[in-house]
Amino acid sequence: MSRFEVDGSDVLTAFAILTDGLVYAAYLFIVAIGLTLIFGVMKILNVTHGSFYAFGAYGAATAVGIYANADWPAALGFLFMLAFGMAVGLVMGVILERGLLRLVYGRDEVVVVLVTYATFLILEDVIVLIWGPGSYPAYQPLVSAGNTEIGDLVLSNYDIILVALAAGLAGAAYWALKFTRYGRLLTTVIFDRETAAAFGINVTLVYTVTFIIGAMLGALGGAVMAPKISVTLGIGVEVIVLAFAVVAIGGMGSIEGALIGALIVGICRAAAVHLVPQVELFVIYGVMALVLVVRPYGLFVRAQPRKI
Amino acid sequence: MFLIAAAAGPALPDWVVSLTTIAFSNALVVLGLVVLWRAGLVSFGQALYYCIGAYIVALIGRWAGFTDAFALVLLGGVGAGLVAALVGALLARYREIFFAMLSLALSMILYGVLVKTESLGSTDGFSVTTPTFLGFALHGDKLILALYWLTLGIGAVAALAVGTYFRSIAGALAAPIRDNEIRVEFLGVSVTGIIHIKVVIAGVLGGLGGALGALTIGHVDPNMAYWTTSGGFVFVTILAGAGSVAAAFVGSLLFEVIRTIAVDVMPGLWQMVLGSVLLLTILFLPDGLGSLVARLKKRGEARS
Amino acid sequence: MCHARWTTSALVAFAAVAAIPAAAQQPATVKLGIVSFLTGPAASPFGIPGRNGAEIVLEALNAGKAPAPFDKVGFGGAKVEAKYVDEAGSAANVVTEFRNLVQRDQVDAVVGYISSGNCLAVTPVAEELKALTVFYDCGTPRIFEEKARSYVFRVSPHATMDSVGAARYLVAKKKSITSFSGINQNYAWGQDSWRDFVGAMKVLAPNAVAEKVLFPKLFAGEFGAEISTLLTSKSQALHTSFWDGDLESFIFQEQARGLDKRMTIIMTTAETAMWRLRDKMPDGTIIGARGANGPLARDTPINKWFHQIYTDRYNIPPTYPAYQMAQSLLGLKLAYEKAAAGGKPNADAIAAAFKGIEFTGPAGHVKMALGDGHQGITETAYGTYKFNKQTKQPEIVDIIRFPAECVNPPPGIDADKWIAEGMKGAKC
Repeated sequence: MSRFEVDGSDVLTAFAILTDGLVYAAYLFIVAIGLTLIFGVMKILNVTHGSFYAFGAYGAATAVGIYANADWPAALGFLFMLAFGMAVGLVMGVILERGLLRLVYGRDEVVVVLVTYATFLILEDVIVLIWGPGSYPAYQPLVSAGNTEIGDLVLSNYDIILVALAAGLAGAAYWALKFTRYGRLLTTVIFDRETAAAFGINVTLVYTVTFIIGAMLGALGGAVMAPKISVTLGIGVEVIVLAFAVVAIGGMGSIEGALIGALIVGICRAAAVHLVPQVELFVIYGVMALVLVVRPYGLFVRAQPRKI
Repeated sequence: MFLIAAAAGPALPDWVVSLTTIAFSNALVVLGLVVLWRAGLVSFGQALYYCIGAYIVALIGRWAGFTDAFALVLLGGVGAGLVAALVGALLARYREIFFAMLSLALSMILYGVLVKTESLGSTDGFSVTTPTFLGFALHGDKLILALYWLTLGIGAVAALAVGTYFRSIAGALAAPIRDNEIRVEFLGVSVTGIIHIKVVIAGVLGGLGGALGALTIGHVDPNMAYWTTSGGFVFVTILAGAGSVAAAFVGSLLFEVIRTIAVDVMPGLWQMVLGSVLLLTILFLPDGLGSLVARLKKRGEARS
Repeated sequence: MCHARWTTSALVAFAAVAAIPAAAQQPATVKLGIVSFLTGPAASPFGIPGRNGAEIVLEALNAGKAPAPFDKVGFGGAKVEAKYVDEAGSAANVVTEFRNLVQRDQVDAVVGYISSGNCLAVTPVAEELKALTVFYDCGTPRIFEEKARSYVFRVSPHATMDSVGAARYLVAKKKSITSFSGINQNYAWGQDSWRDFVGAMKVLAPNAVAEKVLFPKLFAGEFGAEISTLLTSKSQALHTSFWDGDLESFIFQEQARGLDKRMTIIMTTAETAMWRLRDKMPDGTIIGARGANGPLARDTPINKWFHQIYTDRYNIPPTYPAYQMAQSLLGLKLAYEKAAAGGKPNADAIAAAFKGIEFTGPAGHVKMALGDGHQGITETAYGTYKFNKQTKQPEIVDIIRFPAECVNPPPGIDADKWIAEGMKGAKC
C-alpha cells in the first residue's frame, strides 16, 4: 500500500481522535466555564472551584443513590441528579459568598486567591466528615444511556450527551450574555468595574449573583461527570489545575475563550493518546505555555490598556 | 536569632533539630517569595527551583561521587539561579495571575519530565548520598547537627544579603513597582530588568532551599516540583507576611510545628486545621505574623 | 529588641513542640507506630483497610485470642499499643513524622507505608536511627536490591510477583495469544508493573506483541481516548495495574463501551475493588490480589479466623492491604518472641530473630528468603471473576496458584534482571 493511501483504520483513528477530543473538550469546558465567569467578573481566581466540583459530584452520587433505590426512570433520574448537584452548588455558593468572600472583597487579589485556597483545604476534610473516606459509584446514568457502534469504535451515548450539554451551555451562556439585560450588565462589569459602578450598576449584587452562578456551574460539572468516575477523595484537586489551564489559554472571563481553549486541549490530547502517547502528560501545560508566550492574556482577551 | 538557634542545637532532641532544619530550608524558598511579593508578584512555581536544587545535589552525589555538602548546596543554588535567569527573561514580562500561571506551568513541565524518566526512579525518586563536610564523614546525630548548622549558616547569610538588597535602591523600588509600574518606568528604570533580577534571586534562594532540603530528607522525588509544593511555600509566605526577613524563618518554623501537631492530634483531619489557620491569619492578620510583632512592638513603645 | 522577640517566640515554639507528651514507657507494653494513608485517594482502597487490619489483629493479640503459634498475649506477654499516623504529605513530611515516631514517641517498631516513594525515603533514616521498621504494602524491589539493610524488613512480597503471576496466568489461559496492550498510570507503580509484565510475557509468550502501551496521568479519571484506542486495536488481552478511583472510573467507562467483551482484562489489584463494584465488575476479568489474599487465600483455620474477626467488625471482608498488615504484624510478633529470651529485646535482637524467619499466616506461608533474610516471599494466585447472579455474591473461579519460587526471583539477583534474563531458576 503506498504511503499516500488512507486505509480504513486511519480514517477510524482520525474519527476517534475527533470524537475523543470533543468529549474531553466537553468535560474541560463544563468544568472551566464557572471558573472563567467568576474570574472575568470578580477578578478572583477561585481555587474553591475544585470543591464545587467535588461537592457536585458527591451530591450527584447521593442523588443517584436515592433514585436508583426508588427505581425512577432513567431520564428523570438524570435530571434529578443534575438538579441536586446544582442545588448543592447553590447552597455552597451562597454560604461562601455571604459568609466569607464579603470579608475580603477590597483586598489584594492574591489574598483573595489564598482565601479560596484555604477554604478548599477545609472543604476537602468537610467532605470526609459528611461522606466518609470511601468511594461512591454513580454509574446508573452512564449504563442506562447505552452505546452506539461505528465500525470498530463503540461510543458511549452518555459521552454524546456530555458534548450536547457542553454545546448547550456554551450557547446558553453566549445568548445570556448578549441578549439578556443581566448578561449585558455582566459584560460591562467584566470590561471595567469602576466605570460600571459609575454608571449606577449595583456591582456588589452582580458579584454575588455571579459567584453563585459560578458555583452552580462548577457543581454541575461535578454532577455530570459523577457517573463516569468513581466519586472519591481528591477529585477536586486534579480538576483545579485543568480548569485553570483552560481558562488561562482562553482568556479570563471569556466564554468563547474557554470553549476554544477546551477544544484545542481536547483534540491535542486525544491526538497525543492515539499517536504519540509519551507526550500526553505535557500536552495541557505545553499548550498553556505556548499560548501565554504568544498572547499573554489568553486567546480571546485583548490586552488591557495600562492605567496610569 | 540565628546564633541563639545555633547554640540551642546540641541541647535539643534530634527530631526537633531535624524538623527545624527542614523548616529553615523551606524558609529560604519563602524568602525568595517575599522578595517577589514585595513587588506585587506571587509565583506558584517556586517548586521548580526547589526541585532543581534538590536534584542537582542528588545527581552530582550519585554520578560524580562528589559529596561535599558546602559545594553541593552552592551548586544547587547556582544551577537553579541559571535556570531562573533563563526563564526569568520570559516571566518578567508577565504580571499578576499570568505570572503565577506561567510559573506554575513551568514547574509542572519539569514534574512531567521527571515522572517520565524511569532511570531516575520516576515518582519514587531516589536517595541522596550522605554528605561530607570538608572531608569529614559524619553520622547519626552529628550529621543532623552539622546539617542544622549548615542550614542556619546559609540562612543567616541569605537573610543578611536579602536584607541588604531590601535596603538598596533596587529593593526599595519593589513597593513602587507594585503600586504603579508605569511611573517607575518614567523614572528611567527598567521594570522588566528589576523583576528579572528578583526572579533570579528567588530562584537562587529556592535552589539553596531545595539543596539543603535534599540533604536533610535524604531523598528526592518529582513531587518536589508539583504545584501543591509551590502552594505550600506560598501558604507560609502569607502566614509570615512580607514585613521582615526574620518573619520568613519564624513563619516556616511555626508552619512546620503546626503541621506536626495537627497530624499528631487529628490524624484524619489535619488539612482542615491547616486551612483554618491560614484563613484566620488572612482574615485577622492581613500582613502576616510580621505585622503582629510590629503591632506588639508599637504597643510596647507607646507604653514606654 | 526585635531580635529578642523573635527568638523568644521561636523558643516558645520549640518548647511547645518538645512538650508534646511522649507517653510514659510502661515496662509491660510494646509501642508500635502504624503508618498508612488515612486521607487522600489511597486511603479508601489501601490505607484504611491496612489500618483496620492492624487494629483488629492487635486487639485479638492483646486479648490472647489468636490461634497458635500466635496465642501469646500481645508480643511475648506485653500488650501492644499502637499509634496511627497518616502517611499523606510530601517526602519531607513523611520523614519528619517517622523521626517523630522513633525519637519523640519512642516506639519500639514502625509498621507501615504504602507508597514506594515513602518506603525508599524512610529506609535510610530507619537504618541511621537503628529503628526497626516493617514495610507492609509498598511494592518496589529496590529497597533491598540497592543496599543491604539491617533494621528494615518487608514480609509482603514485592510487586514483581504480581506482574509475573499475571503473565503466567494469562499464558496458561490463552496459550495462543498474539497481541496484548497495557493501560497503567504514568508513575513509578504503573511503569514498574508494566515493565515487569512485558518482560515476563517476552519470556513466556515470545510471539505475543505489546500493541498499545498507554500511560494516562495518575488520577486522570477520564479515559475516553484510551478506550477508543484500545477498541480500535487488535489485542486479545489488556493489562492494568490501576487502583481505586482510576480503576473504578475505567471499569465504568469501558463497560459502557463494551471493551471487556472484546478483550480479557487483567487487573492486578482489582481485589480491593470487587466488593464495592460487585455486579459492575465484568465477568471474565482476571483478578489479582497481590498474593494469596482475600478470596484467593487458602481456606486454612488461621485465614478463617482473620476473615471472621475482620468482617465481624468492619462489615466488609478483608482485602489484601489488611492481609498484608496482618502478615507483617504476625511476623514481627514471632521475631519479637524469638528474641525475647529473657526480658524485653532491643531492636538488634529482634532484627537478628526476624532475619530469615518462616511462618504461616492468613495469606499463607512466608519465607524471608530475599534481601539477605529481610524480604519475604509467598505464593501467589490469580483467578477469574464471576458474579453469581443467584447468590448475588462475587466469586473467583479458575484459581491457579503459583509457588513462591516460581514468581519471585531467587536470592542474589535483581528482580528486573531476573526477568530480562529469562526468569532462570523459577521452580513452578
